Amino acid sequence: MSNIVTKQAEQKLQSGAVKVDGPFWGALKRDLLLSYRRKSDLVNPLIFFLMVATLFPLGVSPEPQFLADVAPGVVWVAALLATLLSMDSLFRSDFEDGTLEQLLLSPQPLFMVVLAKVLAHWMLTGLPLTLLAPLLGVMLFLPGEGMFGLVLSLLLGTPTLSLVGAIGAALTVGLRKGGVLISLLVLPLYIPVLIFGTASIQAAITGLPLGGYLALLGAMLALGLVMAPLAISAALRISVSG
Amino acid sequence: MADKKWMPRWFYQLASPRWCYDITGKLLPIFAVAAVLLLVTGTVWALMFAPADYQQGNSFRIIYIHVPSAILAQSCYMMMAVAGAIGLIWKMKVADMVAKSCAPIGATIAILALATGAIWGKPTWGSWWVWDARLTSMLILLFLYFGVMALNSAIESEQTAAQATAVLALVGLVNIPIIKYSVDWWNTLHQPATFTLTEKPAMPPEMWIPLLVMVIGFYCFFAVAMMLRLRNEIVRRERRSSWVRELISG
Amino acid sequence: MSFESFAEFIDMGGHGLYVWLSYAIALGVVVINIVNPLMQKRQIFTEQARRLRREKQNP
Repeated sequence: MSNIVTKQAEQKLQSGAVKVDGPFWGALKRDLLLSYRRKSDLVNPLIFFLMVATLFPLGVSPEPQFLADVAPGVVWVAALLATLLSMDSLFRSDFEDGTLEQLLLSPQPLFMVVLAKVLAHWMLTGLPLTLLAPLLGVMLFLPGEGMFGLVLSLLLGTPTLSLVGAIGAALTVGLRKGGVLISLLVLPLYIPVLIFGTASIQAAITGLPLGGYLALLGAMLALGLVMAPLAISAALRISVSG
Repeated sequence: MADKKWMPRWFYQLASPRWCYDITGKLLPIFAVAAVLLLVTGTVWALMFAPADYQQGNSFRIIYIHVPSAILAQSCYMMMAVAGAIGLIWKMKVADMVAKSCAPIGATIAILALATGAIWGKPTWGSWWVWDARLTSMLILLFLYFGVMALNSAIESEQTAAQATAVLALVGLVNIPIIKYSVDWWNTLHQPATFTLTEKPAMPPEMWIPLLVMVIGFYCFFAVAMMLRLRNEIVRRERRSSWVRELISG
Repeated sequence: MSFESFAEFIDMGGHGLYVWLSYAIALGVVVINIVNPLMQKRQIFTEQARRLRREKQNP
């Protein structure tokens, strides 16, 4: 079966009928549709995000002054953990039903397919997290001046989290208990994003210009966009063949 | 294969586990003797003859352990990633084994650097742990080592484990400068560096020569530890080949 | 020689605990990294020798 598919695809490739952006949009649409049909997976990271942020007032102190101080860090750490939580399922179902193998066999550039899958993942976790963040900011007494920095930094930072996390997901896709392992592999790599993400919120609160921090977050995103799909594709090939 | 001419001959010999086993057998005693000589000389020099620091007094002598271990922990990660890359690109089994051997050594050395840094912090800063930029970067490096080791032990197939670990190590290698820069920056934001442990404007020669001896000694020690592990790994993986059978029964 | 007497050498100007603790941990790390692979080697060799003997007995 797969032989026929690859042969057909090879002919297509030789005749120049294969476009680079075709697989990108195809994979994006498919992933979005699949998660739309499984709505609980969509909502779970968001609920987790809210819950983690609720733990801090309960666990430490509900005092507004204290909460305002820690709010940037709490929101970012919660976003980071929520992204991590959703990471495990990124390639898992495709791996289990064999779709992933077909994707690897197809002559279309894996780079684009992987990029589309990560983009779909971000649209379903990172983007909603970003939109939900102001609510958390209000609950944690984040000063109004910080809201702008909060949303912008999350908007630029969460795609990087998805890209880097996907490397961990790809490396552990063949393993039965990948969940904890992903956190172990990926959390140290998240630290720069966390540092500059919280720093930009703090800069926004104190009224300092935050262009520099956002530029750094953007630079990390650009680097991630170029490099991470390569690492993800390599990792997928290794995991699936092994 | 004309296109392979530009590679030196020893590079291909390295790919042979047997050749590697033989050559490391010859190199081991040399490095072991060098490591013992250098480390003993360096330690005696550092503890007894190097002058005490005018600010920190004798607690300064911890530098002769802390700095070499910090340098070695970083170079070890680099070596692991480069060996992993060679294994990925040229499918060289020995390179995979080198990468696998590096990880546990690097992790223990990073722990040593962290422990000595913490101990040094007590007389210098008055507390066992300070979120100093160097110490924090070293802690993150240790986490990276843990990740590599966890992934390697989680995957059952040896070859898949080696390749996956190599990818992870390379991703980490790209990230290390970013992490280092961001942590340095974070540190200056939160606590202006008043007093750094290791940066001295001008260290007199009677202080830095023993330090140099210790650094080279640590590298030799690393070579010994790495070759010991590498030889084990070669024997374990090549156990079906005839030369290993002869080696074991003979 | 930076020290007058042996007691002074041990004391390290009041920082003896820290200095000696560091060097002790360093020694520990070095010893672990040498002893551990040596023990591993012994284990691998005995295991493989046993396997070879077993294979010889019932080929």
